Amino acid sequence: MRDALPAWVELGLLPLLNLAFAFLVTGVIVVILGENPLEAVELLVYGAFGYGEAWGYTLFYATNFIFTGLAVALAFHAGLFNIGGEGQAYIGGLGAGLAALAFGGGSPFLVLPLCVLGAALFGAVWGFIPGWLQAKRGSHVVITTIMLNFVAASLMTYLMVNVLIVRGSQIPESAGFGPGADMPGLNGLLNLFGLDVGRSPLNLSLVLALVCCVLVWAFVWKSRPGYEVRVVGQSEPAARYAGIVPGNKVILAMTLSGVLAGLMAVNEVLGAQHRLVLGFSGGYGFVGIAVALMGRSHPFGVVLAALLFGALYQGGSELAFDMPAISRDMVVVIQGLVILFAGALEHMFRPFLTGIFVRRRDAAPAVREAARG
Amino acid sequence: MAAGATRPGEAPPPAVELQGIDKWFGTNHANRGIDLAVMPGTIHGIIGENGAGKSTLMNILFGFLEADGGRILVDGEPRRIRRPEDAIRAGIGMVHQHFMLVEPFTVVENVLLGAEEGPLLRRSRAKARAELGRLARDYALDVPLDAVVHDLPVGLQQRVEILKALYRGARILILDEPTGVLTPAEADHLFRILTGLRDQGRTVLLITHKLREIMAVTDRVSVMRQGAMVAHRETAETSREDLAELMVGHKVILRIDKGRARPGAPVLEVRDLWVHDRQDVPRLKGLTFDVRAGEIVGVAGVSGNGQSELLEVLSGILHPTKGEVRVGGEPVLNPAQGRSLGVGHVPEDRLRVGLVRTFPAWENAVLGHQRDARYEQGGFMRRRRIRDVCRDWMRRHDVRPQSCDLEAGGFSGGNQQKLVLAREMEHEPGLLLVGQPTRGVDIGAIELIHKRLVALRDRGKAILLVSVELDEVMALADRILVMFDGTITGEVPGEGADERRIGLLMAGIAEEAA
Repeated sequence: MRDALPAWVELGLLPLLNLAFAFLVTGVIVVILGENPLEAVELLVYGAFGYGEAWGYTLFYATNFIFTGLAVALAFHAGLFNIGGEGQAYIGGLGAGLAALAFGGGSPFLVLPLCVLGAALFGAVWGFIPGWLQAKRGSHVVITTIMLNFVAASLMTYLMVNVLIVRGSQIPESAGFGPGADMPGLNGLLNLFGLDVGRSPLNLSLVLALVCCVLVWAFVWKSRPGYEVRVVGQSEPAARYAGIVPGNKVILAMTLSGVLAGLMAVNEVLGAQHRLVLGFSGGYGFVGIAVALMGRSHPFGVVLAALLFGALYQGGSELAFDMPAISRDMVVVIQGLVILFAGALEHMFRPFLTGIFVRRRDAAPAVREAARG
Repeated sequence: MAAGATRPGEAPPPAVELQGIDKWFGTNHANRGIDLAVMPGTIHGIIGENGAGKSTLMNILFGFLEADGGRILVDGEPRRIRRPEDAIRAGIGMVHQHFMLVEPFTVVENVLLGAEEGPLLRRSRAKARAELGRLARDYALDVPLDAVVHDLPVGLQQRVEILKALYRGARILILDEPTGVLTPAEADHLFRILTGLRDQGRTVLLITHKLREIMAVTDRVSVMRQGAMVAHRETAETSREDLAELMVGHKVILRIDKGRARPGAPVLEVRDLWVHDRQDVPRLKGLTFDVRAGEIVGVAGVSGNGQSELLEVLSGILHPTKGEVRVGGEPVLNPAQGRSLGVGHVPEDRLRVGLVRTFPAWENAVLGHQRDARYEQGGFMRRRRIRDVCRDWMRRHDVRPQSCDLEAGGFSGGNQQKLVLAREMEHEPGLLLVGQPTRGVDIGAIELIHKRLVALRDRGKAILLVSVELDEVMALADRILVMFDGTITGEVPGEGADERRIGLLMAGIAEEAA
């Protein structure tokens, strides 16, 4: 059994410490590249939060990460590792896009809900398949979701190149959506509060993402199905004892996870591209894993982590632009370091903090550690 | 027997002597100035309730923990033991409650692990083989040397642990709750091994909370209570009642006062029940029996003879391959439907099955009843209602600490069990299935749990009790069914049950017992 840390250490200090180390290592790399790390940080922060349009882009990216982070977080609660957010988001985009192409000329009040529904439904199917395969056929979700990412990519390439492409065009993208399928921007609304997000694609999807956070929170901690999902995630024997059929909850959790990932496409496809393009899911689904890990699978944490990654995306591209020694690839390295420290090396500082904050009640963990060593 | 064989005058120093051992875990004073002297060539028992500090003390002696104060002397020499390696060098070996074996390795490989000589195993393996052969002869420690540990029954795995310690030259052997995982027959064999070791001059420290074992094999016994050493006794000069009182600090009634059962109509009807496992091996072979309202039916047997499967089938978790289970005339199909028929179930493995370790007490309080309209409304958990109910149950069933927000894993074994029992009993089940109600539970809680079960019976409920503790079954049950190899080999009335006859039935010797 793992010793429990106080909540503020577990949720606050530990992630911050991980983050600090990621930046420390980044700083060393920046020094090696011959640039001033403090200046780099300044450029990055300015690029992400320094002016209205920067805020707009940061929040736009953060919206993507909230959706994919929530998707991974929800599956975590059922003890499932959904690596398929990328594919689910991609297919979700197909759902949104088909609805938009079909009804794009109509009134936004009718078309937008249909498009959102399309994204949710298509994402749900792409999450349901691995869930069903694990529940009924015993195929592990990690394997099937990874493979379905490739299936989704191939399927989309085929559709874009052969079916949805505009006749006579050389570019594999669909026709533009009608005006009814444009997700309204948030600039007008934000102007009222004196914030101008400029030409950034920030749109109403951010509100949808925040609503999803509340819904996920209520589902996981307040609802009876959420309770059952968590029981399954913690102990399958206990679930069976409690009259819960674990397979059903696996399917439920994966389907809902697929819905959340699919909704990411609303932001990207309806809010920014206004047409279906190749590869719009852009790796956001994978970063969602890091977001969920860093956010401790809690919607509030996911929002914070999504904001961080949004800032890294936006500030990073500004940094690459302003500091020639730091290329676009360097920004990916920085993101990688954050993922490495916050996700993979999550346990690096834990023993140290445990030593400080936890008074161990029994010797069992020590015994096990010693026996292993 | 061997105790006090060496008379004072030329008395050798104690094999192990602890002087004023102190250990704090934060604010918890786990060991309070412990003094202990263990004479060589004796079996020395250390008994105490769960959480009395026994394991902490032994972990200090074996170097897993370092004491905050005090001295350790081995054969009269002061020793600094900071790591297990130091303890092994001092001639101390330890057999843990949970074995530390590499399961896919063979017995020889396990014994050799960490004690190899040189990079090539051939020579050390031959040496180990010879040495193990000798140990097996001397101490009745027969183990198939080339068997893979994974395939061995737990009793034999434990012998491998003992062999490991002896192979490393242990003269002082610590066993931490060694019988927790053993069948009664295996435990008896273990005791023969231990007496053999003692008779050859080795020293054994036996940690347990079972009085029966102390009385059966030890020469001397030390009693711990709440981190302090409260008494040392010659086993021959003490009694179970004396030790139990020392452990708990107040007089315990080991007998249960219960009136005659007034059985009513059958509540549970089992007819020709068969269960096969995944390998298609039959685990239950055509069981037929009833449990009536107002009686406790005990199921006795060496563990692994189908009792676990029986509980799982009756509660609906496992599906029978043939036959039927009816409660109140209705067939039991799955756990949820079973609960609606009034089946309560206290599972054998409370922490893995009966509770969700990481959930707070209040969420655990409705596990299995989460769809009950009292706890759920429109798909949402009625948090306030559930917490009120949880607090009420904790108070009435004496669950300590009375904190609804504490994770289930944070309660002691006895309090976890009280929590599960509270949940299952408060839903007034017509039939209560109880598996190992007092496993790993301390004496104070055992008494309370037994009383509650009898009270439930007296309210006219049917109870099926499965326990590997024969004493418990004999004390509680109105009728005893004895299981062997998936069948019921006999039924014995609870009143004045003949232990010898039950023993024969448990061993599958039906005719002789009849």
